[in-house]
Order: sequence, then structure tokens, then C-alpha cells
Amino acid sequence: MSRVIAGAGAEMRIAMRNRWVAIAVAMMALFALVLSAAGSAPTGRVGADALSVTVASLTSLAVYLVPLLALLMSFDAVAGEVERGTLPLILTYPVSRAEILAGKFLAHLAVLALALAVGYGVAAAAAFAAGPGAAAGLAALARLGATSLALGAVFLGVGYALSALARRPGAAAGLVIGLWLVLVVLYDLGLLAAVVADGGGGFTTQVFPWLLLANPADAFRLYNLAASGAAGVAAGIGGAAQTIPPAWALGSLLAWVAGGFALAILAFRRVTP
Amino acid sequence: MLTCTQVTKDYAGVRALCDVTLDVAPGERVALLGHNGAGKSTLMKIVLGLIPATSGRVTVAGAGPGSRTAREAAAYLPENAAFHPALTGREQIALYLRLRGEAAAKAGALLERVGLGAAADRRIGTYSKGMRQRVGLAQALIGRPRLMVLDEPTSGLDPVSRREFYAILDELARAGAAILLSSHALTEVEARTDRIAILSKGRLVANDTLGALRREAGLPIQIEVAARPGTVGEVAERLSGTRVNGVRVALHCGPDDKLARLGQIAGLGGLIEDVEVMPPSLEDLYTHFSRRAGE
Ligand SMILES: Nc1ncnc2c1ncn2[C@@H]1O[C@H](COP(=O)(O)OP(=O)(O)O)[C@@H](O)[C@H]1O
Ligand SMILES: [Mg+2]
Repeated sequence: MSRVIAGAGAEMRIAMRNRWVAIAVAMMALFALVLSAAGSAPTGRVGADALSVTVASLTSLAVYLVPLLALLMSFDAVAGEVERGTLPLILTYPVSRAEILAGKFLAHLAVLALALAVGYGVAAAAAFAAGPGAAAGLAALARLGATSLALGAVFLGVGYALSALARRPGAAAGLVIGLWLVLVVLYDLGLLAAVVADGGGGFTTQVFPWLLLANPADAFRLYNLAASGAAGVAAGIGGAAQTIPPAWALGSLLAWVAGGFALAILAFRRVTP
Repeated sequence: MLTCTQVTKDYAGVRALCDVTLDVAPGERVALLGHNGAGKSTLMKIVLGLIPATSGRVTVAGAGPGSRTAREAAAYLPENAAFHPALTGREQIALYLRLRGEAAAKAGALLERVGLGAAADRRIGTYSKGMRQRVGLAQALIGRPRLMVLDEPTSGLDPVSRREFYAILDELARAGAAILLSSHALTEVEARTDRIAILSKGRLVANDTLGALRREAGLPIQIEVAARPGTVGEVAERLSGTRVNGVRVALHCGPDDKLARLGQIAGLGGLIEDVEVMPPSLEDLYTHFSRRAGE
């Protein structure tokens, strides 16, 4: 464990010097501010406090932004070491490949946690400033924060796996952007098109919920919307959110965290220096 | 400490090593010589468990290459030591120390030892190639390694740094470390190693002490005689040597004729100013053994 922490410490320094910390924090804070400004306009929803409304819109933001940040931080992890020529030496040390990855993972997770804390903190402060009763949304905010970190962890692991498969930073960058487009953007569009074509048939009721569960980004969205009872505000997947228990969505997300990291270790083991 | 038995390595279609058998004992310094592409780096990577051998057996401290025991016993200096440019020398060495379970605070002393004390807190991105090579050496010194595998360790070092580098190696060998180092610079390993192993196109063509290799090769010894002013013609004639210039005469003889030849020279007495005996250089030996293997 001390070796993992040593690796994480060095990785954290590198993240700070490469300005990844600053970029991640600034991005989250900026988007949270923009959302809060937009959200302070009357929403027409009756009975919801300002923070719950903010959490609902933060959820739709996080589903795009958190995977993107995680992938941008992770694509260089293995490919960068291969390109710089630093990999052979570290692999002769008495440290396992899983421990090397775990060190990077801890550091990148800490950067994400910091960015999320700042971004969501800004949004929460704005909600409290907007009016009383915001405290009712604190539980939803805590859930959002924890699951956002889990979502980030999934894409960190998958990003390391792609980095190890690509072996060159340029190729790895292309792969992670492609993955982001497919899993976060195109997947939902495809499902939506299929549901529309299906017109409420067997696909929509039997297959579609499982396909949503299978995608970590959708599982994340499902869990947060269902758990906060805000399913109504989310267009498109609201119906499915009601048929899937939130615990399943959470289970899928956590399984992806473990699966993503396991994929990363498997891919890294196949890299010969 | 290190044994390699009949190690063969094929890269897709290319045989990089063929049947290499080589041992390094504790306290012994072995120089691995060979042209570019001879297979030196490949052998070292196999010894460290970075790549698998196609066939053959390797043990490091009695364990398989790449095993925990082997990795704890061995230190490596890669061919072109590279580090993360955003870290300082001290941070990088501190990381390596902690990976070997040592206190990070020892980084300062290690960097002093390789002459990087003043640059310890600058980022490695600002270092010259020679300075990065020293960082590489500093990390290889961590925790009293029992086997050191150094791939062209003095490339990029100036002559003074090379001397310091070999002084550190001598110290480690005296303390019992087994040292395997590869090099292009034959003259510098000549005096600094206990045994010479020559790889040629993946085959080990020589593996012995310098003296034994000289005897085995039986290459001619060159003797240069400096004559007193005006006597060079006479000296050349009486020794049946070749005039090199206005004062010097060159002679060649086999290893067994050396004493007889020197006796003749001594017999000329007052005609001679000075004598120099030059045994075949490592370059000559290297060429001899590499060529012999090629036939
Ligand atoms: N990864 C690789 N794939 C294919 N061939 C390789 C690889 N690495 C080295 N070789 C080949 O193996 C031979 C030995 O290379 P190497 O061990 O690097 O030689 P040296 O270190 O003595 O210069 C060369 O012919 C080289 O081209
Ligand atoms: Mg080499």
C-alpha cells in the first residue's frame, strides 16, 4: 500500500504541474456557475426547492463532463510512459502493474473529487443564496457527488485500458474521444431512435431498460433521477427510470468501477516494454 | 548471482540471441561488448524479466527473472534513462526509494553522490542527457543491489564523470555486488572490468578475462622504439623493424617472442632512447573474436 501511495503522490504532483488540477476545477466551477445562473430563472416546477432543481440539472451536466474529464486525465497513463521510455525501468522495481495503476488511479480520483467538490459547492452555494428550503436537496447533492466520483472512476479505468491498448498517446487520445462519443452521446441517441421506431412494443418494455442499465453513464443518470424522485424533469429516459429500481442502477455503476479497473490491469499486463 | 543458460530470443522472424550462456558472480564486474544490434539490450531485458526468452534458463539471486526476489535483488540502468520531465530529480529519486521500501529522505544523499546535488530541485525536463544518466545511476544505487544491470551507462557522460562512475562501480563490487554492464567504448572498460563477454550477432563469441583473451587470440604485440638522434636508420636495420618517422621504429612480434625481442633491443644499448610495449588493444581483440565468429 505504501508503494501505491508513493506512486499517487508523484502522479498528483504531475497532475498539478500539467495544470490538470486547475483545468478540471475551473471547468467544473464554470459549468456549475452557468447552470446556477440559468436555473435561477423560474422553472415552472411546483414544490421543488432550489437545490433539488440544481441537482437535477447538475446530473445532466455531470453525465457529459465527468466522463470527459476522467478520460482526458487517463489516456496518457500507460501510453505516455511507453512513449517517454519510462516504463521499462519502473517495471524492474518490486511493484506490481496493478499497484502502478492503483497509484495513478488514486491521484486522478483525488483530482476529480476536488473538481467535483468545487463545482458542486459553487452550485449549492448559489441555490442557498436563491432562497430558503434548499437544505431539502442536500441528500440528493451528496448522492450526486458520490456517484459522480464513481462515474469518474469507471472512465478512469476504461481510459487506462485504452491507453494500454493504444500504446501511443495520440492513438489513445483518439480512442478515448471515440469512446466518449459512443457511450455518452451516440448510445442514448441510438436508444431513443429505437424506442421511437418500436412505438411502445416489446423492445421498449423488455430490452430498453437493460440496455440503459448496461451503460455506466445511463446507470448514473437513472440512479440520480430515480433516487431524487425527479424523474419527471428528465426527458427521454423518464419512463424507464420508473421501471428500474435505483439500487440496480447503483449496482451497475459500482460493477463498472470494478470492471473498468480490472480491464485496465488486464490491458496493462499485455504491454511488453 | 546471475546465471544465463543457453538463452535464445527470437523477435518475429529475427534471432536476437542464440544459445547465450553467461554467469556473473558476486563482486565481479563483467563487460558485455558488441556492435549495435548484437543483442546486449535484449539479454539485459531478459535478465530483468521485462521480456521473456524464447528458450533457455535465467536465474537472478536464485529466482526466476522478474520474480519478486529477483526484482528486489537487481537494479537496472536502461539504455537511455528517461524520467517524467515534470518531476524534480529529488522527487523522482524519492519515488524510486519508496518503491523499494526506503525512506524518501535519502534522495538528497544519493543525488549528491552522483554529482546532482545542486540540480536536485530542478525539474528533470531541464536536465542534459548526462544529468539524466546520473539520475539513472542514482536510482540504480538504491538499497545496495546485489546485481546491477547497466545498459551503456557511460554514454552521455564526460570523461571526468566516467571516472567517477567507475569509482562508484568499484566500490559496489568491493561490497559484493555483481555487475553486468554493456558498452561501446572499449578502451574505458579495459581497465575497469574483471571479465569481458563479446556478443556478435546474438552469439557469445568470447567470455574470459582480458589476459586470457589476449593469450587465446595470440595477436601480435607492437613494440615502438625511440632511437637517439641520427641513429634511427641503424636501429631500424639492426632490429629489422619499420621506420615510422625520424626517431621511431615499430616492431611486431608474437606473444612468445616478446622477451627475445626486448633482449635484442636492450643489446643496442646507447642507440635507444625509449621503448614502449603495446599489447593488442581491446579493439583488436574485439575485431578478432567478432570476425572469427563470422567465418
Ligand atoms: N522489439 C523488437 N522487435 C523486433 N526486433 C527487435 C526488437 N528489439 C530488438 N530487436 C532486434 O534484436 C537485435 C538485438 O537488438 P539489441 O538487443 O537492442 O542490440 P544492442 O543492445 O546490442 O544494440 C537487433 O537486430 C534488433 O533489431
Ligand atoms: Mg542496446
